[in-house]
Amino acid sequence: MYPGARLPALRDISLDIPEGQFYAVVGPNQAGKSTLAYAMAGYIPHFYRGRLEGKVTVAGLDTRATPLHELVLTAGLIFQNPFNQISGTKFTVREEIAFGLENLGMPRGEMRTRVDETMELVGINHLADRSPLALSGGEMQRVAIASILAMKPKVLILDEPTSQLDPIGSREVFSAVRSLISSEKMTVVMIEHKLEWVAVFADYVIAMVDGQILANGSPSSVLTLDTLQMAGAGQTRYTRAARRARDLGSWPDQHELPVTLEEAEEAFRRLKTGA
Amino acid sequence: MDIQVDSLSFTYPSGVVALRGVSLRIPSGISLAIIGQNGAGKTTLVKHFNSLLQPTSGTVKVGGWDTREHTPAELASRVGYVFQNPDDQLFQSTLRKEVMFGPGNLGWEVDQIEERTRRALEMVGLAHAADQHPYDLSPGERKRAAMAAILAMDTPILILDEPTTGQDHGGIELIGSIVNDLRSQSKTIITISHDIDFCAEHFERVAVLANGQLLLEGPAREVLAQEDLLAKTYVEPPQLIRLAKRLGMQNMPLNVEEFIMYYLHKPVEY
Repeated sequence: MYPGARLPALRDISLDIPEGQFYAVVGPNQAGKSTLAYAMAGYIPHFYRGRLEGKVTVAGLDTRATPLHELVLTAGLIFQNPFNQISGTKFTVREEIAFGLENLGMPRGEMRTRVDETMELVGINHLADRSPLALSGGEMQRVAIASILAMKPKVLILDEPTSQLDPIGSREVFSAVRSLISSEKMTVVMIEHKLEWVAVFADYVIAMVDGQILANGSPSSVLTLDTLQMAGAGQTRYTRAARRARDLGSWPDQHELPVTLEEAEEAFRRLKTGA
Repeated sequence: MDIQVDSLSFTYPSGVVALRGVSLRIPSGISLAIIGQNGAGKTTLVKHFNSLLQPTSGTVKVGGWDTREHTPAELASRVGYVFQNPDDQLFQSTLRKEVMFGPGNLGWEVDQIEERTRRALEMVGLAHAADQHPYDLSPGERKRAAMAAILAMDTPILILDEPTTGQDHGGIELIGSIVNDLRSQSKTIITISHDIDFCAEHFERVAVLANGQLLLEGPAREVLAQEDLLAKTYVEPPQLIRLAKRLGMQNMPLNVEEFIMYYLHKPVEY
């Protein structure tokens, strides 16, 4: 519960996120998604004040008992607004991405390699010598993502990391995260509204409404829930088109609703062939 | 009130070239979505429409006014610009004062200002929050607050820079219905958006920018189906057009109702 708030932002949340899995968190605004992210990264209770009940452990560390400067070695948080992430003390994007690594005391040569690799992964090589403060919204968001990825945290928490990115750039962030899970065994929790890419890339989806968990399961089971649509979280156009067909009596009850392009293609073809 | 852009180029003081010879005519009463990759020059282009930026070369005319000869304050009666980041725009101590500020500077009667303010707050679903401090609102609400402040000025031309970012599904639906409402009032409405599905559903024309140049401008249905051209600027066709292509459909649907009509031959209900 935040200071001055009438209601708690989170209510009785219990979750177990296994190592090496990609969890997406969806839900309407003010459902408590960012608060959950802050609690997982230890920003609650160390940075944001309020009343916290219950316990959060990240890779075995109790977030309440572990200071933030130790937690950041394990859990990296990418903020919703990239402007809040940029240090404001660096003259170039390259230096900005090195900032976290400097604080970890990484040797210079290794740092250079790590920064170059990360810029390549996020597609910002061409911005290396620009000022981090004179970028477009989407460019700055990529820099903010790179500045955390460079530290290779075991647990990566992203709060709407693609909100200002162009469409293919958004998909590339999902794909980069997926590849880090394979290569680094990272555990990922990503808050996102872009349901098409959530459906394609995430292992599990947590749906939140009013500070509580409404559902937790596979993308196709959670993203097709009528209750989620009604709660204002939305659905992909593929699911909405299928729902519309169902409302018109053209969708057999035993057919599942699609969430991805591939599933939608197959399902709508099946309607025509009658298979 | 047309917007006429001729051979517009713009270079920022840092030396970054943002626009390279853009020519575009936006007729009165049109709804236009400007799309393209990050850093393509979209925001730079629209900041010329109310003379927040001045051309390095070329000209921009708004209703015949050359923007080099008019201040942003003068153009404020013609062009309303809702910033991408509401925190760049909001500065008053209550939402009501915030929304009254713009019309107050247009020299209207008090009654008219109050009426426009009330209507604008109703349109964005924030009538209940009129006495709150803008910074006590959630980011999604602040975005709609910034929109109300511009709607209240009743300008013939409106620019919405990334209106759907930070909005959930309900917020996007609300903004879509505001756009439809403004279209029915024959306002010129221009948006910059990465939400291509939203553009398809609510805007009749689309302009594609890449690397400071205009690649194409035309009806949404034609432009948004050009997969290869869009890919050059990191954009993909909307979900339902991609699905329609996979299914070998001839007619490209812009929304769910059209998809159902074209694929299942069911009648449309709006």
